[in-house]
Amino acid sequence: MTVYLKNIFNDVGNVTLFATKFFKEVFSPPYEFKEFMKQCYIIGYKSIPLVAITGFIMGLVLTLQSRPTLAKFGAESWLPGMVALSLIREIAPVITALICAGKISSGIGAELGSMKVTEQIDAMEVAAINPFKYLVVTRILATTLMVPILVIFADGIGMFGGYIGINMHGDVSFFRYISKVFDSLAFVDIIPATIKTFFFGFFIGMIGCYKGFNAENGTASVGQAANSAVVTASLTIFIIDMLAVQLTDLLF
Amino acid sequence: MEKESTTILPQASIEGKVPVIEIKGLFKTFGENNHVLKGVSLSLNKGEDLVILGRSGSGKSITIKCIVGLVLPDKGEIKVFSQNVLDLATHQLNEVRIRIGFLFQNSALYDSMTVKQNLAFTLKRHASNLTYQEVEKQIEEVLASVGLAEAINKMPSELSGGMRKRIALARTLILKPEIILYDEPTTGLDTITSREISELILEIKKKNKTSSIIITHDMACAKLTADRIMILKDGVIHAEGSYQELEASEDQWVRSFFL
Repeated sequence: MTVYLKNIFNDVGNVTLFATKFFKEVFSPPYEFKEFMKQCYIIGYKSIPLVAITGFIMGLVLTLQSRPTLAKFGAESWLPGMVALSLIREIAPVITALICAGKISSGIGAELGSMKVTEQIDAMEVAAINPFKYLVVTRILATTLMVPILVIFADGIGMFGGYIGINMHGDVSFFRYISKVFDSLAFVDIIPATIKTFFFGFFIGMIGCYKGFNAENGTASVGQAANSAVVTASLTIFIIDMLAVQLTDLLF
Repeated sequence: MEKESTTILPQASIEGKVPVIEIKGLFKTFGENNHVLKGVSLSLNKGEDLVILGRSGSGKSITIKCIVGLVLPDKGEIKVFSQNVLDLATHQLNEVRIRIGFLFQNSALYDSMTVKQNLAFTLKRHASNLTYQEVEKQIEEVLASVGLAEAINKMPSELSGGMRKRIALARTLILKPEIILYDEPTTGLDTITSREISELILEIKKKNKTSSIIITHDMACAKLTADRIMILKDGVIHAEGSYQELEASEDQWVRSFFL
């Protein structure tokens, strides 16, 4: 138990040092803009199909599952607003972030882990190229920027899924549905939920990079780095979400 | 405290030459009890090819990784071009690193990049004033010098072990280093390819006037390339001399390398 706790605190300390190094490196030149754009393409653009499918299903299923309960109270007209609020405030950010943790964090962990094991990171270092700046800073920045965009995209697709769900059992025009959605939303619903996605993105990238960059020698460690990145990132997303909700409640 | 090496055979370094690397009393321990280096001292003279032999785990790779700052020793002094690399700030160390080429045991090519990108990636970062045409020209020249001009657009996964070593060597050479550190350059290659790589090392030395440390288990490579050989045993330099001197050594353990 003592060893377990010691390892946890050790890890937290190392992640903090890793994050400190990130903030030190991110503002100092040279800036790896080309690699950053490449990572945005890989992390953002290539995740669109997955996020779109998940977002659509989330909206559709949420609508179909909520409908019977609301119908009991004769409150079916609240369905668009309820779906939109649930999606934007909680479900789309968390589910999208979890999907990104699975796809992106593990991918980064495996990629950097394999580069570490095959000495590619050392090769950069001996060629006087800063591997932290090239590999880590670009990836963390890309996830920090792309995850919120993916979440906003998932919000939109999710609401479209909700519209389809409502029309499975009724007949509501798209404009009516959208006006109901916007009537029920306020900035207080959108802003805090969007802000927390930047933190989700940051930690997804940072944990993936940390696990990969610190992979021990040996091919087994590549799998371990990927696996550990997903587990830690997923757990971190829930912790951040809990803190964000508490903070939002306190402030708004 | 570990005892420093006391079994060095007669000095066979080239007299009157300028040392480009000087290592004194290098110690490195991993974990609590894994003492890998126990006081290694060596020097590499300008224009010299120094071969380091030793059993697996004797600390050969760690020694050259200490030279380029990939591994930090616990104690000792490493001077490269008369600068103690352990005292240098990162940007100063990088200036030294640009003058040192390092060929990794498994080539360490960036596997998400083509051969051309592997070379351009390194070159562009240290010669940002070069035009696109000049970068292309240098890449073609260096690939031609290792005999693989046709592999320019291939991915590392499409290359054989020998080709990967050559491309890694080309990537090292593109920065025109004054010192090259070879970590087992012929390991995992067939006899013919090993000989080709050894001949390439010799050719590079003659053409580019580089100084090299070559870590190898391949005695044919050692015989062909070595001006001087050092043998590491249990973290210290156990023997030193020319190939012929060590081959004729009375030390049974030293002779066992030459059987």
